[in-house]
Amino acid sequence: MSTLHTVNKSPYMTQSLVSCLNHCKDGDAVLMIEDGIYGGLAGGQMAPIVEEMGKKVSLYVLMPDMAARGVDSSRLLEGIEGVDYTGFVELVAKHDRTQAWL
Amino acid sequence: MSDVKKFLYVNRKAPYGTIYALESLEVVLIGAAFEQDVALAFLDDGVFQLTKSQETDGIGVKNFSPTFRALGDYDVTRLYVERESLEERGLTEDDLQEIMYEDEDDDWAEKPSIRVISRAEMADVMAEQDVILSF
Repeated sequence: MSTLHTVNKSPYMTQSLVSCLNHCKDGDAVLMIEDGIYGGLAGGQMAPIVEEMGKKVSLYVLMPDMAARGVDSSRLLEGIEGVDYTGFVELVAKHDRTQAWL
Repeated sequence: MSDVKKFLYVNRKAPYGTIYALESLEVVLIGAAFEQDVALAFLDDGVFQLTKSQETDGIGVKNFSPTFRALGDYDVTRLYVERESLEERGLTEDDLQEIMYEDEDDDWAEKPSIRVISRAEMADVMAEQDVILSF
């Protein structure tokens, strides 16, 4: 049993991502969408936090939301996988439930 | 006595996730018609508004980032960007798009509109305004 978590807010403006990661179980997946994609940025203040807290989960970002914001995949933290809308649907189908961290 | 007031538009939100960034730009363009002294400030997640290479076809919304380059034609020639906000997000000035204006007091020389300043300098900029509009 596992959960797909979605985060759509920038970690630099809200605690959504940190709270999400604090409540994840081993084997869960976290998909960063909309302004949530900034949580995947390497080099920022949040990067070490996401890296450490994200160890027990699979981290994903929605690529169209990255492209819109001018974030190239080369800027992402290691181990984060980019998905398109089809990949989003597959993640939803693969997990038992989806929890949105608004 | 001059009735020109100093206006500062303070942008603290990322583009696209909310409507604030686009609305701010719209208000700036409208306000520019009233011949006031207008400047823009970008701090916190607002610095993400100015990144290069924004490509919004995949999310079905208008890419408004090129519009920043038109501000010079409306005499909006000062875009203050807070250095600490960039650094906290792993960004540098090189990650921002180039925005130029033509200086009518200097034989129309092309000059950069983006001025990266420190947090303390941003506080000074804010303190010298007549009107501050927040987005």
